[in-house]
Amino acid sequence: MEIRKPKIKSLPYNEFNDNEYIEELRKNGVGIITGVLDEMINWGRSNSVWPLTFATSCCGIEFMAIGAARYDFARFGFEVTRASPRQADVIMVAGTIVTKMAPVLYRLYEQMADPKYVIAVGNCAVSGGPFTNSYHVVQGVDKILPVDVFIPGCPPRPEALLYGMMQLQRKIKVEPFLGGVNKKEPKSHRFPAINPGEEPIFAEKYHQTPISQAGSKAE
Amino acid sequence: MSSLKALIQTICPEAVFSNEETGTLQVELSPKELSGLLKPLRNQQDLLFDYLEDLIGMDFGEKLGVIYRLYSTVNGHRIILVCQAANREKPELPSMTPYWAIANFYEREVFDFFGIHFVGHPDMRRLFLRNDWTGYPLRKDYDTSPEANPVKLDAEPLSDISPAVVEKSDGEVVEEDHALFEKDEYVVNIGPQHPATHGVLHFQVSLEGETVKKVDVHCGYIHRGIEKMCESLTYPQTLGYTDRLDYLSAHQNRHALCACIEEAMGLEIPRRAQYIRALMDELSRIQSHLLFYATYCMDLGALTPFFYGFRDREKILDIFEDTTGGRLIQNYYVIGGVSRDLHRDFVKKTAEFIKYLPTVLPEYHKVFTGNVIFRQRAQGIGILTREQAISHGATGPTARASNWSCDVRKHQPYSVYNEVEFKEILKTGGDCFDRYMARMEEIHESIAIIDQLLTKLPDGDYCAKTKPIIKLPEGRYFKSVETARGEFGVFIESRGDKYPYRLKFHPPCLPLVTLVDLLARNNKIADLISIGASLDYVVPDIDR
Ligand code: SF4
Repeated sequence: MEIRKPKIKSLPYNEFNDNEYIEELRKNGVGIITGVLDEMINWGRSNSVWPLTFATSCCGIEFMAIGAARYDFARFGFEVTRASPRQADVIMVAGTIVTKMAPVLYRLYEQMADPKYVIAVGNCAVSGGPFTNSYHVVQGVDKILPVDVFIPGCPPRPEALLYGMMQLQRKIKVEPFLGGVNKKEPKSHRFPAINPGEEPIFAEKYHQTPISQAGSKAE
Repeated sequence: MSSLKALIQTICPEAVFSNEETGTLQVELSPKELSGLLKPLRNQQDLLFDYLEDLIGMDFGEKLGVIYRLYSTVNGHRIILVCQAANREKPELPSMTPYWAIANFYEREVFDFFGIHFVGHPDMRRLFLRNDWTGYPLRKDYDTSPEANPVKLDAEPLSDISPAVVEKSDGEVVEEDHALFEKDEYVVNIGPQHPATHGVLHFQVSLEGETVKKVDVHCGYIHRGIEKMCESLTYPQTLGYTDRLDYLSAHQNRHALCACIEEAMGLEIPRRAQYIRALMDELSRIQSHLLFYATYCMDLGALTPFFYGFRDREKILDIFEDTTGGRLIQNYYVIGGVSRDLHRDFVKKTAEFIKYLPTVLPEYHKVFTGNVIFRQRAQGIGILTREQAISHGATGPTARASNWSCDVRKHQPYSVYNEVEFKEILKTGGDCFDRYMARMEEIHESIAIIDQLLTKLPDGDYCAKTKPIIKLPEGRYFKSVETARGEFGVFIESRGDKYPYRLKFHPPCLPLVTLVDLLARNNKIADLISIGASLDYVVPDIDR
């Protein structure tokens, strides 16, 4: 039985529901008491998703373009981009992630406050894109971060970016908040095994080594 | 040229000369001869090579070495030096850093990719890859498998100690450590994730109060290994990567590579294609300068210009999109011409646009250029002299703001640039404000060029026929074009295959980023932002 019928402006309800992943999110059901409250909170959350100002290469220019007047993502609640990860809700990984950048990106993600989301923008972030054969390119950010939405394209059109961002809003709308994302989940939950059979490199191992001094002076 | 040969022969009697009749003189010499030649090459009046155009690391197969391209802005001659290190195990070459400032970064790049040590280099660290990287990727015997260098999630160990390569009096070459920063220096990190670095660049800034004492630039956060990948791709396949280097000059970069391959093949391209290319190049120059305006103003805290710049940039992107199907990355030029003809609305829309833009530019200046805060943050800040610009190899509007006439369109005209009239914008101040104004005035020149091209646009084919498999005859080929940021060069070494043996891009932005340290010293930390933004570098172009 469906209790809630969340929807997003400019995304027809049928289309909204047409996604296997939605079922997975709803599996746990909705709390009777918290359901309505959840919905209200999620309504607020999904309409004020603040992205981090983060771009490494070409796709970043399209990311800037949707911030400008013509595409203007503020219309959808992606109001302001934040330069500090502490204040951001979503990191849009726009551009190629290379080996040297990977620890920096991972640290940025760690610095963001929960609940946090990741959007992989462009082929490079999805899979390494045109550079997938390179010796220095990470073959998709899903190797290091749990990705919520993938936006393919090289670069994706601004419309595609907006669509991808709406998909994220949808995800936020269906998620149970109270007792769900507001509780810090164990790490394994947040990292779905994306490549079956493959050990994710963000395994616990990372946390055993002390966080060394990226970008600061080592003695 | 023969006199040049005679001059060099007197200094290095054993040098081997080639390519005398056609093109640029090539000289092959041993490392020992090279180290003796450097000083006269730089200082002797009749040689006076003051501009190191490029320094290309090479794996010649048996030996490693470097190809140097030098140019004299005074005498107007050019020379190519080829020097191979004695062995592969411990390759050593003399360093050029005492004579050309830019050699510092170029040699670090070669060290990073080929493991060649430059004797006399003060700071022999890797430039792009992590310090703990194993192997030298551009060597032919490099193991590219991901297992050799897995993705690590622990941060890169950074050290304050840097090795200098010095030659002892008994001829032995050793590495001597010296400190980059002293123990009591106050060092602040800016980047790699910082909005003002325009991408993923990392500055270690040593401060004294608010005054910058030194900036150490770390690159490589977007090093994608394009040059290595190109070695296993056919020539038409390599084209795609040029768009993704400096994506704001996508067309121009691709122009350089296409033209280089066409010249090597001896392929004549149709007039219409040449006109189309020049048109697209100039349109991208305008959109790049508009984006510069938008971001520079935003970095200095003005948000309205950001919207202005993007508003008008979108109009150009629309024009691109009609014809090429892409907004940012267009993949439009192909070997022999362009991939499809202009859209039927192209001429109309472009003509409208170049009429429209001059009407809004005064508005740009009204909201920003006259602003007293901007003036104070730009005028007299970060002054670059002409000599520094040449020695650091800076090109493009940055160098022209320092009164160095270096526009490739004027000095080595390619495409149809010798058929149109335009001014090369030169300024004399060399400060942030002049760099800004140089770009803004270049927009007008580009408009003038487009106007002339549109009226002359010939009919006919837009692409020459090429063989399905393109092979270049053996040899070395160079080509450079003027992008929005400066001289973008392509070097191809062909061994007669359908793959390039070595493909090197000369990025205009790498020299620009070396200027940050020079210009920011003894300025305030807030000026660092203004200086960085006025140089207008694009980070993926630096790192390739
Ligand atoms: S997906 Fe394409 S446009 Fe985006 S960063 Fe990668 S190469 Fe650039």
